[in-house]
Amino acid sequence: MRDQARAVADPSSELLELNLGPHHPSTHGVFRAIVELDGEIVVKVQPHLGYLHRGYEKTCEHKTYHQVIPLAERCDYMGASSNSFVYCMTVEKLLDVEAPERAQVIRVIMAELSRIFSHLFWLGTHGHDVGAMTPLFYMLREREEIMNLFELTAGGRLMPNYIRIGGVQRDLEEGFVEKLQALTGHFDRRVDEYETLLTKNPIYIDRTKGIGYLSKEDAIALGASGPMIRGSGVAWDIRKSEPYSGYEQYDFDIAVADGCDIYSRYLVRVREMRESNRILKQALNKLTDGPVLARKAGFIFPPQEEIYTRMESLIHHFMLIVEGVKPPKGAVYQCIESPRGELGCYLASDGGPKPFRLKWRAPAFVNLECLGVMTQGNYFADLIAILSSVDIVLAEVDR
Amino acid sequence: MNQETIRERVEQKFGVEVVENAALFRDQMTLTVSKDKVHEVLAFLKNDPDLSFDFLSFVGGVDRLPDAPRFEVVYQLYSMTHNHRFRVSARVPEEEDGLGSIRSAVDLWPTADWHERETAEMYGIVFEHHPDPRKLLLPEHWTVYPLRKDFPLEGTEEHTPDLKPSQHEEREGTH
Amino acid sequence: MGISNHLDNTVHVTSLEWFVNWCRKGSMWPLGFGLACCALEMIATFVSRYDLSRFGMEVARPSPRHADLMIVSGTASKKMLPAVLRIYEQMAEPKWVIAMGACACTGGIYKNYSVVQGIDRHLPVDVYIPGCPPRPEALLDGILQLHARVLKERSIFDPRVSRIKSMSK
Repeated sequence: MRDQARAVADPSSELLELNLGPHHPSTHGVFRAIVELDGEIVVKVQPHLGYLHRGYEKTCEHKTYHQVIPLAERCDYMGASSNSFVYCMTVEKLLDVEAPERAQVIRVIMAELSRIFSHLFWLGTHGHDVGAMTPLFYMLREREEIMNLFELTAGGRLMPNYIRIGGVQRDLEEGFVEKLQALTGHFDRRVDEYETLLTKNPIYIDRTKGIGYLSKEDAIALGASGPMIRGSGVAWDIRKSEPYSGYEQYDFDIAVADGCDIYSRYLVRVREMRESNRILKQALNKLTDGPVLARKAGFIFPPQEEIYTRMESLIHHFMLIVEGVKPPKGAVYQCIESPRGELGCYLASDGGPKPFRLKWRAPAFVNLECLGVMTQGNYFADLIAILSSVDIVLAEVDR
Repeated sequence: MNQETIRERVEQKFGVEVVENAALFRDQMTLTVSKDKVHEVLAFLKNDPDLSFDFLSFVGGVDRLPDAPRFEVVYQLYSMTHNHRFRVSARVPEEEDGLGSIRSAVDLWPTADWHERETAEMYGIVFEHHPDPRKLLLPEHWTVYPLRKDFPLEGTEEHTPDLKPSQHEEREGTH
Repeated sequence: MGISNHLDNTVHVTSLEWFVNWCRKGSMWPLGFGLACCALEMIATFVSRYDLSRFGMEVARPSPRHADLMIVSGTASKKMLPAVLRIYEQMAEPKWVIAMGACACTGGIYKNYSVVQGIDRHLPVDVYIPGCPPRPEALLDGILQLHARVLKERSIFDPRVSRIKSMSK
């Protein structure tokens, strides 16, 4: 059966052109593709994007550096903190500022919580696409716990908007550390539950093993990153190869699998959730006392308490808000390992209060390019499973 | 390998005159080369075994109005084997028809496909020898280039309407 | 009301309307129409913590022909707008629209060339729910307000129907 799927399509039969989306229950958003079918076999998939194009890069050129932070968070709404993380790091690079140690640990906590948050949703919707309805409801239980944690930081359930240029907005609330300890305590058992549902399930294995093949060379040539490339056997994780925000101090493994198919990407993501839990436990031990915002007069906000008590800080804060932060002229590129892959921000500054050019290197956009290669020759019924294994977030794809 | 060494390798191979500007800022170098040579430079950066930049992070455009040449195309490269990054850019002048043109990098890195399509529709830069130069993110019937500096943020009623006139008529018919 | 239309508006029902409205609001099936980030909070409203099924609404139909309520959750870009309108037209009467989130209400933080500045420019919206994204409690509050409006619908001088008619001119 599999060999039949790989056979060359008969050129004398007419191809059926089918429109998938943009409104579709399983495309994870407003994604449209024109699929050419030869019977049941997919000959070509042509994605049509742009249905959620919100003019993000142009809008950023008209906002001050701080006003871009909520815009950035809405780019990848699954793991929102990773976006503001990379953006704030890029601006800090421009300003040549480093966040203080406590802020770095808090940022790592937010980044890893976002990773678990995003992978959980992926697990639920991927299971739903393949036919397993149960993981969807189970994962929403963990996500509500994580959303409670996000709410404790700066008030937003989905977009916490907590990370600032130079650190984080304010210190952790009381109760955050206890709740996080409770979560890390039982999270491994929850991942065991998910694995019981899917990992050795013969139906799941039949639907995902050997399907959606992306070879190692294709993955590198097509620019895939994150679980897409780690599922094809390349052990590349930016947290290990180009560590940022103190990641070199944490002890964790890179999740790699050799299968190059949907099943190995699933294994990589599940393993990554476990590794993130490991990092969270270590981060809780690394939380030392200290400031949560760097100090650089003229560029970084003074701490909240001082704004309410000292006149100079109030004026300083006022001038920074009204005139905006003015970094020196230059261009930098900073990237992090987001739940989807290499999330990068290229920022060119002309010395003014607004970014001259902000280019967002969205991993989901680049990973989606692999769809054509992965679906060719497969059955149409596998198309949705392959699409869900790419883990796209349309807001990031279309910006 | 550090950024200066990579630049020296490029200069050794192509001569110092190919490099228009080399800006080192916060330990990251942006090497600006001339538009006609950029494809060869990129091929060298990819294929040379000591450099081996096999991963293209992105291809982006920048509008440097009112400077001339107007556009800048930026290539951000990464090497999996040596774990180093580098940035190459090329200035593309705006020609009389309002468009710029530069050779496509799809033959070197297939991932450049969608990046170049997006840069083309946002800035009006033509990527020569691109296999599929259609619009990617914007509606097909739009004729404007939104990321240019002289294009207003909110668009114009004439060029970026909510619905095109034929779609308005379709709606009237259904009520 | 459906009956009055068939009889050329010569007959109007009174107490029966309350009963029909009560049935309609008790099992209003939403269209699974998430555009962007607000869709995640919509999904969170559907599941056990906030539980939309206590209002009879957990049956989210993917097909517009089966659905009564379109919750536009997320940003409508100009490229997506024709698809949104076509889906609205495919829904059968009676149908309602909730604009969930700042982007659906007024365009949100995206005041630019590619975002429709509020889908109420093209669709008759019944309830606006601000927020970015609105909390599930806010969505529930909006849905309950819609239910209250549905209970008050009348066939004579129904302000909602006259508004829809004036919008389509």
